[in-house]
Amino acid sequence: MPESTYLDSSELVLNMGPQHPSTHGVLRVILKLDGEKVIGTECVIGYLHRGVEKIGENRTYQMFAPYVDRMDYIAAVSNGLGYCLAVEKLLKAEAPPRAQAIRVILTELNRIASHLLWLGTHALDIGAITPLFYTMREREEVLKIFENYCGARLTTHAFRIGGLHYELYDEFENQVNAFCDDFLRKIDEYEELLTGNRIWVDRLTGIGILTAEECKQYGVTGPVLRASGVQWDLRKAQPYSGYEQYEFDIPTGKNGDSFDRYSVRMEEMRQSVRIIRQAVSRIPDGPIMARIPKVIKPAAGESYVSIEAPKGELGYFIVSDGTLHPYRLRVRPPSFVNLQALDKMARGSLIADVVAIIGTIDIVLGEVDR
Amino acid sequence: MTLKPIEPMASTPWESDLTKRLAGEFGSTIGEFAAYVDQNFLTAQASEIVRLIEYLKVVEEFDYLVDITAVDYPLQDAKRFEVIYFLYSYSLNVRVRVKTRVADGEKPPSITGVFPGANWLEREVFDMFGIEFAGHPNMIRILLPEEWRGHPLRKDYSILQMDNQWVKENLGIESGQ
Repeated sequence: MPESTYLDSSELVLNMGPQHPSTHGVLRVILKLDGEKVIGTECVIGYLHRGVEKIGENRTYQMFAPYVDRMDYIAAVSNGLGYCLAVEKLLKAEAPPRAQAIRVILTELNRIASHLLWLGTHALDIGAITPLFYTMREREEVLKIFENYCGARLTTHAFRIGGLHYELYDEFENQVNAFCDDFLRKIDEYEELLTGNRIWVDRLTGIGILTAEECKQYGVTGPVLRASGVQWDLRKAQPYSGYEQYEFDIPTGKNGDSFDRYSVRMEEMRQSVRIIRQAVSRIPDGPIMARIPKVIKPAAGESYVSIEAPKGELGYFIVSDGTLHPYRLRVRPPSFVNLQALDKMARGSLIADVVAIIGTIDIVLGEVDR
Repeated sequence: MTLKPIEPMASTPWESDLTKRLAGEFGSTIGEFAAYVDQNFLTAQASEIVRLIEYLKVVEEFDYLVDITAVDYPLQDAKRFEVIYFLYSYSLNVRVRVKTRVADGEKPPSITGVFPGANWLEREVFDMFGIEFAGHPNMIRILLPEEWRGHPLRKDYSILQMDNQWVKENLGIESGQ
């Protein structure tokens, strides 16, 4: 036996991604390992950078609207809502009540679709293959509603600055109600598959703990923040688009681990159904488009508007110089900011847990890289 | 894109208990308290930023750093960049923006010591505008490749422009256009 081999060196640097299936896109994580234990991580991002903010400066306000769908393409409707609200704020305009209610319904449906895709792929990462097929089945129902409404399934461009372009189709209310009735049972089904599952619980409990204090230090928002016990949701804190009219709860966790993040998202889907039911039952009559100019030229000024996207606080900061183009358009992406906390969460855990942690942050690389 | 000086926004003065306390604490280093579309902001000197943000965080409970970004005004001022910090208070449910002007090549202090979450946000500002933050633990590009030359969100960087040499060397094609 030689006295020392390279095996003795305890630290190992391992590259994960950007083509790793469980990084949900082109995320590259450099892991520093001591045996199986993670002693440090570094994210390398930007593989999907398309210069969205630069494009925004070179397009008119309406022309840029479809681009925002391509950031968080899992929740394109939420992106569109945030952008429309930000421009409306600059125009000092507001969408009419009917448009607001329809916006809420579609955005909440999109939140369900986003959480469903997250649930399916995350379960797949952990080794539970079955839920993916079920969640995709229900997500399909949501996408069908989008398709019937505006013709597109993923990058919908459902909203326009000032309101909506399309009126509801005849069967809309029935379809949405049927989906809601069916879906609550389906969530129970997922929970039966996972929540009591010994392997699932063992893989997620106590993994990637992030305390409320750490969340605030890193600016983490969305379900990750709520799983750490902070009852904060922009829909309640600073309501937009008429969210103050609807009754719903903000689910929170206690431990801030991966299991709590899972539980919070499951409960959020139920709350979304609650909101959708209330909104569908009382869609006001009236116009769907506010009286805004055909040519959008906001007065010189700036505004920051943010919404509660499925991943966290999604903000748009727009500086207008009084011309047809935004002078500066900044997107505050929730995934980008949340991902930064990965290092904090992953340190000290095992390498297999990194997958469970990345999964429960719920990132979309289109939004991280923009 | 042709560059023209842009007209100022029609902001209104912002006065509250908070602005009085801040004016008392920081005096003339805070230039202006203003509001536009019900959103409050203040401008401060770059040298005071760390102390100001820390004061806002610790004393005034602005405990959530939402975002850091910059805007380039190449024709307006010798200090062409405006760096903007977005703060929010969970307990008060209030937002405020802190702005500071920075010249090209000037290095504003990093606030990573106050908010660790500023790390990536400041790196993105550096990547896109070329504003280096003094005292940042890892001041390298974040979205673009490390060897890339130029900072795309500057106004003198055309939308069609790219680092052709980098593209040639790394992708083996003449141009990405």
